Amino acid sequence: MDRRDFLKKTGPAVALAAVTGGTGLAFHNRETALHRSLFVKTADFEVPPDPWLPVLTLATNTDPVAALNAALDAIGGIGRFVHTGERVVLKPNVGWDRTPAQGANTHPALVSEMVRLCLAAGAARVIVADVSCNDPRRSFLRSGIKEAGETAGASVMLPAPEDFVDVDLGGSVLTRWPVLKHFVQADRLINMPIVKQHSLTRCTIGMKNLYGILGGRRNRLHQEIDQSIVDLAAFVRPTLTVVDATRVMFRGGPQGGSLDNLSIENTVMCSTDLVAADARAVEFLGLSGRQVGHIALAARSGLGSLDYRAAGYKETV
Amino acid sequence: MNIQTVRNLRRTSQVVFFLIFLWLILKTTFEVDLTPAEISEIRLPYPVSIALELDPLAALMTLLAGGTLYKGLLWSLAILIPTIFLGRFFCGWVCPLGSLNHWISGIRSERAWRKGKRLLESNRYKKYQRIKYYVLFFCLGAALLGSLQAGLLDPLPLLARSIGTAFLPALHTAALALAASAADTGIGPVAAAGQGIYDLLAATLLPYRQAHFHGVVFIGLLFVTILLLNRVFTRFWCRGICPLGALLGVFSRFAILGLEKDEEACDSCNKCLLACQGADNPDVGSRWRQAECHLCLNCQAACPEGSLKFKFFPNQPDTKTNPAGTPKVDVTRRKVLASLAGGLGAVLLFRSGDAHEVNRSPFVVRPPGSLPEDDFLGRCIRCGQCMRVCPNNALHPTLLESGLEGLWTPYLIAKIGYCEPTCTLCGQVCPTGAIGELTLTQKVGDEETQPDRIGTAFLDRGRCLPWAMATPCIVCEEWCPTSPKAIYLMDETAVDRLGNEVAVKRPHVDPALCTGCGACEYACPVWDRKAIYITSVGESRSETNQILLERQRA
Repeated sequence: MDRRDFLKKTGPAVALAAVTGGTGLAFHNRETALHRSLFVKTADFEVPPDPWLPVLTLATNTDPVAALNAALDAIGGIGRFVHTGERVVLKPNVGWDRTPAQGANTHPALVSEMVRLCLAAGAARVIVADVSCNDPRRSFLRSGIKEAGETAGASVMLPAPEDFVDVDLGGSVLTRWPVLKHFVQADRLINMPIVKQHSLTRCTIGMKNLYGILGGRRNRLHQEIDQSIVDLAAFVRPTLTVVDATRVMFRGGPQGGSLDNLSIENTVMCSTDLVAADARAVEFLGLSGRQVGHIALAARSGLGSLDYRAAGYKETV
Repeated sequence: MNIQTVRNLRRTSQVVFFLIFLWLILKTTFEVDLTPAEISEIRLPYPVSIALELDPLAALMTLLAGGTLYKGLLWSLAILIPTIFLGRFFCGWVCPLGSLNHWISGIRSERAWRKGKRLLESNRYKKYQRIKYYVLFFCLGAALLGSLQAGLLDPLPLLARSIGTAFLPALHTAALALAASAADTGIGPVAAAGQGIYDLLAATLLPYRQAHFHGVVFIGLLFVTILLLNRVFTRFWCRGICPLGALLGVFSRFAILGLEKDEEACDSCNKCLLACQGADNPDVGSRWRQAECHLCLNCQAACPEGSLKFKFFPNQPDTKTNPAGTPKVDVTRRKVLASLAGGLGAVLLFRSGDAHEVNRSPFVVRPPGSLPEDDFLGRCIRCGQCMRVCPNNALHPTLLESGLEGLWTPYLIAKIGYCEPTCTLCGQVCPTGAIGELTLTQKVGDEETQPDRIGTAFLDRGRCLPWAMATPCIVCEEWCPTSPKAIYLMDETAVDRLGNEVAVKRPHVDPALCTGCGACEYACPVWDRKAIYITSVGESRSETNQILLERQRA
């Protein structure tokens, strides 16, 4: 065998050995865990404060649409919050497979009116989304919110498992968590909670409603519920919070089911201060904000005012 | 009409029926295309189980085991009565699994045994084709004792189950993986293409979210095995195993449509045999077997001399060189009796064992509205329609949880999904009434009516956060859908390891109110083994599987 022959015969084997060894070296890693990339963005959707306007307005009317418009006008009108070309996401409570009359989800008439107002104010796109507890298809259907949102011209987005992005929420309990992508990809977020009793947090209103942007096994958060709600409220700063207190679930929350659990209040509130909104709304449950752990903690953390009257409160009819 | 036209009609019929079958399975899912918000009950817009109701085997077996012909199963007469006159047209023209087998058998092979003389020989009638009659009579024997086993191998439930619980979920996984790895490349067009393929599949074939079914690998394996066997013998399943084919074979005993063979014209080219689907001996010189023929008409179309013709009242002279066809089924009385006895014996074994009665698994929670277990096992054909339609992926095929007798019958795994309180879809799609159809009032109850209960929730205090770890958690109570809630909280004081008193709310279950829906188990944050779980005790369908005297009376 001459040299040329030897090289010819061993060449392919050597080349394959080199590729094999090179692959091993290239992928060699002493770390045991892989680092996944994080989606990082503060979710601040707020508009600048206006010292001449109240931070919380309340209107009472048997027609929920009229109540919404009265409360919204008193806080500056839709034009203050939504501008031409913006993408707006609405976050009603669509947690449960319950009918509008059962009062476990936000009133569909408020959702459709809000969609209409946003589009009239020039919004490029309005999305209605929530991460339901019950099957989202049933919840969005039976709550009337799918129909309300779509007839008014919004895209109603049911959460699919692949629609979540990992987000660093930067809280003390809430750190890295999957968030429904629509809630971090918008320009404006309008929080549309409903007022309900809740056996652990005593109430679920504006701040607790933000749980609905989270995916994953969020039930685990109940262990430090107050801090996790406050973490979330510190991360997500909604443009506007519209509180549905047309009917209030004073027991059997948050799902209810029986009409005996409801009191009819015919009230809608609008607020740029989540803490103030919750502090006022919780009075429908016979409580004050000070008595509710997460509302008091949020106020102490500087997220808003417990004393909503001092912060600027206006009732209209 | 010439024979090529008729054969093309048969091909069209196969494609059309296959697509209808597939479409019905795809529509067996809850879609939000209904709008009224105050509707009392969500119903599916299509009769999605109509294809399964056409199944004469399911009809006969449920009739024998259950005593009645449930609702739409009367439609099966639309298949069975024409079969009496025509023969097994269903196998060649309608059966979706038969068509799938037909198409896969027809793919060209490079192997010698799928060509020429060896293929020709393999298409002659063989003794293994008797097995399907043994399967049929085995299932009949089991049905006589009230146990429905035919569904395991009945082609319509088998295909519905295989596509619904194995094929489509696997396709879903593949589509998601494709989209994810395309996105991982970080190359814009590649990611867009991957997402495009996913979106296309999602819009056409996939449900709203990925379903995961219990132990489904065996359903998938059986299905793949059936399909692959076509690469060894043409339509092996249809020829050798299918109990529905066997039943239709038996019912073709008095068929008036048959094959007429003209010996004069035949030049023994054997092209008829090469194209034969049923291995029923279409060639001149062999005895044609009516009970094996699928009426695919390939032999008549292949015959260059025109010596083979399907005719009403065929002229079949019986000579040594051209024996007449036989309508008889090639099984002896002795074998029929032995198969029946085998079926009877199997049920005796199943039921004398402990799993059926004295040591029934507490975790076999049947769907709402299910019949009592004995009647349930006499009706369930294991088609998997309830599992597919369940909006929460709560219903799963059992493996051995309800004994070998109950293989692939539905049970609820609350950890994966709970029974949606206002949902009655599983009872709507059940073709045999194993799961009864409930009205919304029967499901959730009202002042006069007790709700339908599928079990009862129990706390595992050693794992529950407020009970065992002095940590707040009320998730089970929050999720409890009954009104008033069956899960209630008591303010209690726990002591942590430092001796500090911690105020906690501890959950308790009121079994008089609990319906066993499993929402608490589903939502419990103790993820791997839940601190609250449901078992079947207290289920409405049973008089004996009860705890409370009061609740039983109600």
